[in-house]
Amino acid sequence: MGVEGIGAKVLRKEDRRFITGRGRYVDDMSVPGMAYAVFVRSPHAHAKIGGVDTGAAKSMPGVVGVLTGEDLRGDGIGNLICGWMVHSKDGSPMKMGAWPALAADVVRHVGQAVAVVVARSRDEARDAAEAVAVTYEELPAVIEAAKALEPGAPQLHPEAPGNLIFDWELGDKAKTDAAFAGAAHVTKLHIVNNRLVPNPLEPRAALGQYDAADDHYTLWTTSQNPHVARLVMSAFYNVAPEHKLRVIAPDVGGGFGSKIYIYPEEIVCLWASRRTGVPVKWTSDRTEAFLTDAHGRDHVTEVELALDAEHKILGLKVDTIANLGAYMSLFSSSVPTYLYATLLSGQYDIPAIHANVRTVYTNTVPVDAYRGAGRPEATYVLERTMETAARELGVSPAELRRKNFIRSFPYQTQVIMTYDAGDFDASLNAAMAAADVAGFEARRTEAAAKGKLRGLGMSCYIEACGIAPSKAVGSLGAGVGLWESAEVRVNPVGTVEILTGSHSHGQGHETTFAQLIAERFGLPVDNVQVIHGDTDKVQFGMGTYGSRSGAVGMSAIVKALDKVEAKAKKIAAHLLEADEGDIEISGGEVRIAGTDRKLGWHEVCLAAYTGHNLPDGMEPGLKEGAFYDPQNFTFPAGCYICEVEVDPETGKTEVLQFVAADDFGRVINPMIVEGQVHGGIAQGIGQALLEGVSYDEAGQLVTASFMDYTMPRAYDLPNFVVSTTETRTPSNPLGMKGCGEAGAIGSPPAVINAITDAIGTNDLTMPATPQKVWAALKTVG
Amino acid sequence: MYETTYHRASSVADAVRIAGESGGEGKFLSGGMTLLPTMKQRLAAPSDLIDLRHVPEMKGIAVDARRVCIGGGMTHGEIAESADIRAVAPGFAELAGLIGDPAVRHMGTIGGSVANNDPAADYPAALLALDGLIHTDRREVPAADFFRGLFETALEEGEIVTAVSFEAPDASAYEKFRNPASRYAMCGAYVARRGTDVRVGVTGAGADGVFRWSAAEQALTQTFDPAALDRLTVDAGLMLSDLHGSSIYRANLVTVVTKRAVAKVA
Repeated sequence: MGVEGIGAKVLRKEDRRFITGRGRYVDDMSVPGMAYAVFVRSPHAHAKIGGVDTGAAKSMPGVVGVLTGEDLRGDGIGNLICGWMVHSKDGSPMKMGAWPALAADVVRHVGQAVAVVVARSRDEARDAAEAVAVTYEELPAVIEAAKALEPGAPQLHPEAPGNLIFDWELGDKAKTDAAFAGAAHVTKLHIVNNRLVPNPLEPRAALGQYDAADDHYTLWTTSQNPHVARLVMSAFYNVAPEHKLRVIAPDVGGGFGSKIYIYPEEIVCLWASRRTGVPVKWTSDRTEAFLTDAHGRDHVTEVELALDAEHKILGLKVDTIANLGAYMSLFSSSVPTYLYATLLSGQYDIPAIHANVRTVYTNTVPVDAYRGAGRPEATYVLERTMETAARELGVSPAELRRKNFIRSFPYQTQVIMTYDAGDFDASLNAAMAAADVAGFEARRTEAAAKGKLRGLGMSCYIEACGIAPSKAVGSLGAGVGLWESAEVRVNPVGTVEILTGSHSHGQGHETTFAQLIAERFGLPVDNVQVIHGDTDKVQFGMGTYGSRSGAVGMSAIVKALDKVEAKAKKIAAHLLEADEGDIEISGGEVRIAGTDRKLGWHEVCLAAYTGHNLPDGMEPGLKEGAFYDPQNFTFPAGCYICEVEVDPETGKTEVLQFVAADDFGRVINPMIVEGQVHGGIAQGIGQALLEGVSYDEAGQLVTASFMDYTMPRAYDLPNFVVSTTETRTPSNPLGMKGCGEAGAIGSPPAVINAITDAIGTNDLTMPATPQKVWAALKTVG
Repeated sequence: MYETTYHRASSVADAVRIAGESGGEGKFLSGGMTLLPTMKQRLAAPSDLIDLRHVPEMKGIAVDARRVCIGGGMTHGEIAESADIRAVAPGFAELAGLIGDPAVRHMGTIGGSVANNDPAADYPAALLALDGLIHTDRREVPAADFFRGLFETALEEGEIVTAVSFEAPDASAYEKFRNPASRYAMCGAYVARRGTDVRVGVTGAGADGVFRWSAAEQALTQTFDPAALDRLTVDAGLMLSDLHGSSIYRANLVTVVTKRAVAKVA
């Protein structure tokens, strides 16, 4: 590797502007004549709209326009859709209720937008929004998914009787039942995966501009996938035709999934710009973020694990109810199905699996993918169950796992996935050594002498990244392909621009993608510019989520680089009068291998553009594009071990040590990978100990601010001990698997397994707040 | 935020005059740590904001022998770092240093906190336990009479907390258990001992706000040792209950944090 090539800890090029306050976010954008949008939102969880009186608001100072759901309907703006079709086990399609960007008839969650006020200043817009008089006829609300399925529950959508969206299954039920019939031991658990609010640092924002002169639209938006936004806006929402719409996602301050989806506010800003004739900007405040950003998780599961007398797993049964909230968000259907049940085999050879998933409407904020998306839920179910089984059987949790590890690859699970590579013993061994598991009992005794309860918990996760191939996801109901595109433009002076369909909102692409060039040609990363997030610059792309930018996005770049390299070699061979097979490129030089005959990289690039002396028939220029469609998912895996101390008097848990041993395949920038793991673990510990959405019976969001919703803070976390093991995936040219979500996927069960080990009862739900742990301890006596 | 008129008061008398002219719709602004966020959320709409942060009479800390007098305009940070207070009442300085975060301690003031009487504020517990006095522009009110429930005080319309004072105890300490989200006190106990006489002020837990835990005071007056509280609990029925802590949990915390406060100075 070169000093800045693959495997180098190159400092992030983008950090200078971020840490000096020079990032340019949507709210920093300003265009002449711009006005501000403020939304009128439902205060009720469920109500019929009697009428919307905008008269008073329209005459308020500074008001440019007040628009309602009726106006939106009148203009033919389409309803929001879920882009992944899932069928129930009886073959019927999922039951999608209508979701207009501004409600005209019924509101189904607190915070749903009913009208928008556009005014010259934000304060004037807020004043006028308060003057919009909406009459509501309140309806009964239902918040919990299981209750929404009960007979007599309030009904949300006429399209979905009984609030059931679909009743789906995966695996072989008969085979699994048969496996359980022969079990020596069955472990059963009731598992709740708590609902979370993503809370990226930057709230969502949108600036829509309609240019009447060109009949052209521009949308600046906080998006993880601007091309998908453009496609959906034009193909489904009729806001603007695709060729007349430019979507720009500039610097974006974190997404965690919540900025994948196309929300009502973006649609309305574009539409309102055309209606009012002025550019319209909206920036979410934090309360709106709590009330409208797609929430994550919210599963309730009954799980059963069957083992034989030798502690080999015979089968797994999972029955899950997933709360999707009031409407089906863009990828909501895929999260509790193809991103969840397909991972239920974990790292284990499980000969029979059956999973049943029912998804349900409730009067809550829509739920969609949030860092990990389905895989944290699967990992939590399986790893809580494995740890519990080990305790019930009186064997070490590590040994039970070891006994059941998959060791031969490729391995076909009972739930669709074919694992291509892995070494689960390696990560388990590395984590156990780093965590000094052998010395734990001594530490537990020492803690007990101080009146503290120590516990150790483990989690062996596997997840799937780079959702693909497109043909496969298409057959499973995806409305889009999940490939990626890239273009590599070499300038006449030899500097390089990478145009990518991936989108960076914290991942460090400007650095890691440039490292590919450093590796390939020996150029400094400063000579490389990574361009992303603008549909006018990058032809198409699927964006960034599901830890796909490395495995899929970088693979597309590699494919384009192969073409650039081949052409550069042809040119050099021609100039040096050598065979192109003898040409090598390194250290910024193009040489005949084994000789001192060489050209500077820039000389070859200039030759490509002057066209003075190119091989016969060759087109000038040095620019290549590629579309890359993966052959398979990639499967990052690892072992996490958490050690906690519980104060029995207050129930407060302190995480004393957290060890992560991850196998991400080939690592491009170890520093950035470490950062991803740190952030993921922080979010996972947040879910396990601190974060959790709470609604009251009427459907009011109780945890609607940081005063009540607990985000992890630095002092809630120990110094993480992280390391990587490496098995390269054969499924992409770089052998890399993805690291963006692993921390959040693998850590919650490790934390809860540690606490339950400390307190001696399994009866504990996330977040394990001091109050809950204290109450659980009371039941142990 | 709704439109409001900002005034910078130059003296206590000036502030009282402006408040009178605002017709009862004005509000005094000190550190603004509660008022400004409330206004930003449009949950408060004072016609006038009368800024007390530049009133010289409300500045300063005076320690005369063991009498401590703190200007209402002093910030938590200034109190936490005051060598004079640390010398005679380190427990009180420690409490100030545990309020909020550095930004809050830099802006928030003791006068503002006392006048607001948030049920989870820290100072009220200490002032009750210390038998403190609340000085206003027109009178002095003993802490026991001043704090009157959730966000309620003895303050009259337009009355300003100009200072607080107390006699430094022989020993005092504060212990709090924080609300995980807001970091306010879910339960905080201030224990003050003068000779054998012990007072305990408890904040964050009581359904009616800050209170003195007299049973604990009696037990500690007999034996100033955490073990004296081993079998004592407050009535859970009188405790606050919310998302973060049920009344039963808070009742448990009262005993735990009081014992831990005692342990610091026993």
